[in-house]
Amino acid sequence: MLSNLGNILLFLNVFLSLSIIYVANKNLKISGEINKNIYQLSLIQSTSIIICFFVLISAFIVSDFSLITVYQNSHSLKPLFYKVAGTWGNHEGSLLLWAIILSIFSFLFLIYNKNHPKKFRLLTLIVQNILILGFLFFILFNSNPFSSISPIPKEGLGLNPILQDPALAIHPPLLYIGFVGASIYFSAAIASLITNYSEKSFSHSIKGWVLFSWCFQTLGILVGSIWAYYELGWGGFWFWDPVENASLLPWFAMTALFHSLIVFEKRNLFYFWVIILCLITFILSVTGTFLVRSGILNSVHTFASDPSRGIYILIFLSLMIFGSIFLLFQKYKKENYDLNRNSKETFILVNNWFMMFYLITVLLGTIYPIFTDALTDSKISVGPPFYNSIIFPVVIIFLLFMAFGPKAKWIKNKFQNTRIYLLILASAVCLNLTIIFFFKSYSLLSNFIIISALFLIMSSLMDAAKALKRNKFDFARIISHTAFGFLVLFIGLNDIFSIEKDYNIKLGETKKFEDYSIQLQSLDLKNYKNYKAVIGKLEVKNINSNKTNILNPEIRIYEKPKTLTYEAAIKTSLIKDYYLTMSNIDRSDYYNIKFQKKPLMAWIWISVIMIVIGGFVRLFNNAKNN
Amino acid sequence: MQKIIKILILFIFLFVIGIFYISLKRDTNYDTSSLINKITPEFKIISFDESNFYTRDDIKKNNYILINFWSSWCTPCRIEHPILMKLSQTKNLTMLGINFKDKNTQAIKFLSELGNPYDLLAKDKNGKQSVKFGVYGIPESILINKDLIIIQKFVGPLSFEDYNNIIKIIE
Amino acid sequence: MKLNLFIFILIFFSQFTFAAEKTVDPNQIHKNLRCLVCQGQSISDSNSDFAQTIKLVVKDLIDEGKTEEEIYSFMSDKYGDWIVFRPEFNIQNSLLWILPYIVLIFGGFFIFSFLKKRR
Repeated sequence: MLSNLGNILLFLNVFLSLSIIYVANKNLKISGEINKNIYQLSLIQSTSIIICFFVLISAFIVSDFSLITVYQNSHSLKPLFYKVAGTWGNHEGSLLLWAIILSIFSFLFLIYNKNHPKKFRLLTLIVQNILILGFLFFILFNSNPFSSISPIPKEGLGLNPILQDPALAIHPPLLYIGFVGASIYFSAAIASLITNYSEKSFSHSIKGWVLFSWCFQTLGILVGSIWAYYELGWGGFWFWDPVENASLLPWFAMTALFHSLIVFEKRNLFYFWVIILCLITFILSVTGTFLVRSGILNSVHTFASDPSRGIYILIFLSLMIFGSIFLLFQKYKKENYDLNRNSKETFILVNNWFMMFYLITVLLGTIYPIFTDALTDSKISVGPPFYNSIIFPVVIIFLLFMAFGPKAKWIKNKFQNTRIYLLILASAVCLNLTIIFFFKSYSLLSNFIIISALFLIMSSLMDAAKALKRNKFDFARIISHTAFGFLVLFIGLNDIFSIEKDYNIKLGETKKFEDYSIQLQSLDLKNYKNYKAVIGKLEVKNINSNKTNILNPEIRIYEKPKTLTYEAAIKTSLIKDYYLTMSNIDRSDYYNIKFQKKPLMAWIWISVIMIVIGGFVRLFNNAKNN
Repeated sequence: MQKIIKILILFIFLFVIGIFYISLKRDTNYDTSSLINKITPEFKIISFDESNFYTRDDIKKNNYILINFWSSWCTPCRIEHPILMKLSQTKNLTMLGINFKDKNTQAIKFLSELGNPYDLLAKDKNGKQSVKFGVYGIPESILINKDLIIIQKFVGPLSFEDYNNIIKIIE
Repeated sequence: MKLNLFIFILIFFSQFTFAAEKTVDPNQIHKNLRCLVCQGQSISDSNSDFAQTIKLVVKDLIDEGKTEEEIYSFMSDKYGDWIVFRPEFNIQNSLLWILPYIVLIFGGFFIFSFLKKRR
């Protein structure tokens, strides 16, 4: 029943998209206002796709195993919350969520941009609906969440315990709002190219969307990292895994985009560059999806992959890419710029320059193994050491530019107060030396990173103080930039001062290292509703201060499907986290424990949250001014 | 100049998409086939009864050698065991069994139940020797010729096809 | 005055920074090796049989006095380049290592070309 209802709604949506395209296309040739029917159609479209999604959610809630998707990804014993979250935790359901975001954004873009040219608005709508159609066809003919199965199975397969987690439940929607949201400025860019709508005001139509998607993309990445930190059990939060990279690539493009939009809005420069960034952002989103879902990359969290999906997304991707290129080549006009060296424009270009560098590095690292495998038949791994050694040295210069940039004036070539900067630099160096003096020394590269991060923080704060006096306070920018400085600082300090120890330990045994001792005091076996757990009781003692902490890592044994998972025990405080995982060693009575002391972890999360808050503040201010 | 850049851009994208397309159809699973046609590494491995050591010289005596990593706790090893028993009847082949991370009593019980196909039996108590042979999971079998060149690697249990394959090679 | 300050900082600085000692850290090596039987984990993160074995072998190799680089090349000799997370710099991987910097330099020139030319 639900299967039929879902399919009918999907077909209804195909029909609605087609009619929107048809009516909008007819309306293009007529002068006057936009046809009222288009608004109505667009509203019905959004509503019906949402209903369609609710049908799928209810199928998950009532555990209707006649749907393959529900059968494969759910289980009647799952807690209600995870049954619902399971709807978008799989390939088919997540595509439906994509379609929702595409449709809602399409509708909102239409109603919120009434003071832009009619042709531009209609064409954006048409392009967006072509994208929606592409996804609807993909859903209907390749990844249909409403496909039925017979005979109807008694019980579902999926109860994957690692995926039953609140962070993982909200992670995909956040991320999708981010990079699927990028579709709307992809469409707008295409429409702007076709209609030659290249005035400053074009930037007003997309600015809010870019910021909005950027904020959600950042939050999505943050939640994903937090999940990886406490759930995957290796105590890190970023592994440069292909899936993580796929979410980072559009982020770089978005970041570059909303910076250069500032220039475009103010000075009507870089039109084509803005357009290219709009196009790239969504193209990268789809590329990332292709890489993750087609299974051509090995990764921590691969969706069950299937080459036919790959072919479909690849065709879709090629159409997008070559369509964009074709249009760009047609419309491209050479622009000549004459910028002053110390003007704001130049510094924002510098931001874009570095963003492109990061983007290319991460993209190259992600897809290079595919190329070596296809061309020379050799499989290579590109992992954290590659990214760290290429990216981090460049971050230093980037932070310095980030400190100088915002102080530059539009157009003018004036740079004030070199002396103040020297003073700040000197105090950053002194602060760094103080850290070394009181704690420990670290590598030259780390020194530079800490210094440049401190430099950025201090000069941003000084900016804030100055701006407060003059009552001209760009709150959003100052929060985000300062928080970014803190982020790099905390990541640097975290890396430098982390302690990591790995032992094989028996019951009752004590291990000592540096200022700590760890004792495995007891092991408990407990039965829970759907799993059994071996719970260790380990005492971590700081020998100097005589403070003790009890940590309880778990080994969980799930029956359906049969899996072992290792739950880390984490003691979080503002200064440091203790992180402990325990695992059994096959055929022995030893347990492998990994103890980590991770300083300032909480502050890394807080910094990212502050960066996002900066984004939302800007979004809010923009809305208020318009 | 502009034309060249345009063509270049088009070419790059075509190339990337072409590679993506090819890769979709390729098997992306990892294997250690790169070791095939390389020479067997030097090794010194203790015999099962700990009476002596085996080295490369010991396996050069016959035309072909099959090194088989196994253990009593490994279920797929039980599945492939009949094939190993069949292979042990061929003349041209020396079988070197390496007992991997196992308990002695368990291993002896395993062999007395299912038969002992090995001409030479060694053990790798902590698994360090297996790394020399590029083994990452058991069972794994490595076929080597008289010149100590690795001819074939079989990751996972040997199948009947593998058996026919081996017979074809050594005859 | 500026120059003096700068030199002073540099000297002050170098005394601390080069004090950082250089030893082969097994944890570092474990992090840079892929656990072949796991999904995208490093040897350090994994506790599989395979990871345990590799950890033992790495310890042996360090005791033998092998350098970090030698250990990586030992591993990629046995298991292929797939096992090392840091791709070697060779002809095949040259684009991977060089292209980012080419982009960086090229981008710099690009921006420079936009700047006002002055005498």
